[in-house]
Amino acid sequence: MDAIAKTRPGAGPRRPLPGFGFSLGLGLGWLGVVILLPLSALVLHAAGLGFAGWWRALHDERVQAAVKLSFGASFAAALVAACAGTLVAWVVVRYRFPGRRLLDAMVDLPFAMPTAVAGIALTALYAQNGWIGRWLQPLGLKVAYTPLGIVVALVFIGMPFAVRTLQPVLETLGREPEQAAASLGAGRFTTLRRVVLPELLPAILTGFSLAFARALGEYGSVIFIAGNLPYRTEIAPLLITIRLEEYDYDGAVAIAALLLAASFLCLLAINAIPNLFKHARRRDG
Amino acid sequence: MADANALDPPRWLRALLILSAVAVMALLVLLPLAVVLGSGFAGGVRAWYAALSEPDALAALRLTLFTAAIVIPLNAVFGTLTAWALARFEFRGKRVLLALIDLPFAVSPVVAGLCLVLLFGNHGWFGAWLQAHDVKILFARPAIVLATLFITFPFVARELIPLMQQQGSDEELAARSLGAGAWTMFRRVTLPNIKWGLLYGVLLCGARAMGEFGAVSVVSGHIRGLTNTLPLHIEILYNEFNSTAAFAVASLLCALALVTLVLKFWLESRHGDALASSQRRH
Repeated sequence: MDAIAKTRPGAGPRRPLPGFGFSLGLGLGWLGVVILLPLSALVLHAAGLGFAGWWRALHDERVQAAVKLSFGASFAAALVAACAGTLVAWVVVRYRFPGRRLLDAMVDLPFAMPTAVAGIALTALYAQNGWIGRWLQPLGLKVAYTPLGIVVALVFIGMPFAVRTLQPVLETLGREPEQAAASLGAGRFTTLRRVVLPELLPAILTGFSLAFARALGEYGSVIFIAGNLPYRTEIAPLLITIRLEEYDYDGAVAIAALLLAASFLCLLAINAIPNLFKHARRRDG
Repeated sequence: MADANALDPPRWLRALLILSAVAVMALLVLLPLAVVLGSGFAGGVRAWYAALSEPDALAALRLTLFTAAIVIPLNAVFGTLTAWALARFEFRGKRVLLALIDLPFAVSPVVAGLCLVLLFGNHGWFGAWLQAHDVKILFARPAIVLATLFITFPFVARELIPLMQQQGSDEELAARSLGAGAWTMFRRVTLPNIKWGLLYGVLLCGARAMGEFGAVSVVSGHIRGLTNTLPLHIEILYNEFNSTAAFAVASLLCALALVTLVLKFWLESRHGDALASSQRRH
């Protein structure tokens, strides 16, 4: 190291690799132009609304209904995605059966499929005369153009997050703890509840939060199946575009700022989850 | 071995779990794919081809490819630069920067579009200046490119940062100590090490760029033949109750998604050890 420092005076021993200033400067500049400048326009506009502006924008039954629907449907969808995702991840990691690799590859399809395509496909499936809708119709179950349809679309979007966060954890978990628990006389259910589930819970919660955050902002896959009736099946992101078309910038910004704040909280929660469980375990031990 | 087997669930439960997982995936993922292809070809191959070769559809395809052709290289270059700074150096505020890179994943596409309207709209920050100089950004191609850049920002950097951290800087330091210049070191050592990860990030970025709907919808203005991308064209056809044509165009985007998945699968199974460990499949 000393030799390098002597022959190359520019490269000190602390930063012997080149390009720090160059790469960080360009990276920060790019981040600033593409992400931070547009976001700061939103944040400053929201800050400039003042109490009266916020009150006017949010004290509106249509806005409240849309925000409630967005949060409620996203929560329900993330819950379903977390449960179904846990099942799929478990089966793909633990069992060997023909078509396992194909099943694994299929999980990513909702990531790759454009949201508008997913939207019209799900609507066609769940409409009254659709492949699935016609079987639900006699049961009195309407999916397309109801809040239930919104949840279906959001489960489609959120599912890969649940599977892909849990999968690596399941792969590294191994079977030794289970075998140890079983050899100590624990039943299968007790082993699952006391040994396996606590190990998986942080990943399941992270997957849930990711699915929730994504669902909250989702637009393309939802607007086709939702029916978009004000007060009933109108989601918050759609209401933003409607306010924009009415040139009601303040109204649009208020809803957008609310969604943005919720996304921030989700990111914070996702970052906090591992630490949360580390502390809990330390207290247990 | 007997002990390990004693833990496994009975055969019937195992079969039930596998079947329900397959059923969930078939219902949720396979059926939507099947319905797109089925409805797209419902009017026969001729109608399918007619829907795709119509001038507005071709213009939408050109705009989608044009946008991707600008967004992908920019993201590849700046993503690699950002990853180099974040994976190879320690500095204050590094964690904040890492979190900021993830931000577009959490922001609603509609909110991203709205931000651009607030910047470039007539009443926006730059609105008056742009009008005075007769520069059109909103409801024109530049806004579509900017919206897509916002949405696809994290893909390349997010793939490269963990990969470069895993690989460590030993080889690059060796190259430096042997007298390699910065560019030579990057070209001969860094780039060969990260090329599969870079391709992986570019692939995901490209798929998202061509499929993006919400953000582009807000800033595009929906001018037929001029500012409609393929996903927006699908929406217009669908809302005009021309669902065969809508599904025909959708089948093209679906084919693109499937190609992406096949390439992704190939990268994961063939070059899994050259990707970030979260992407490794055993």
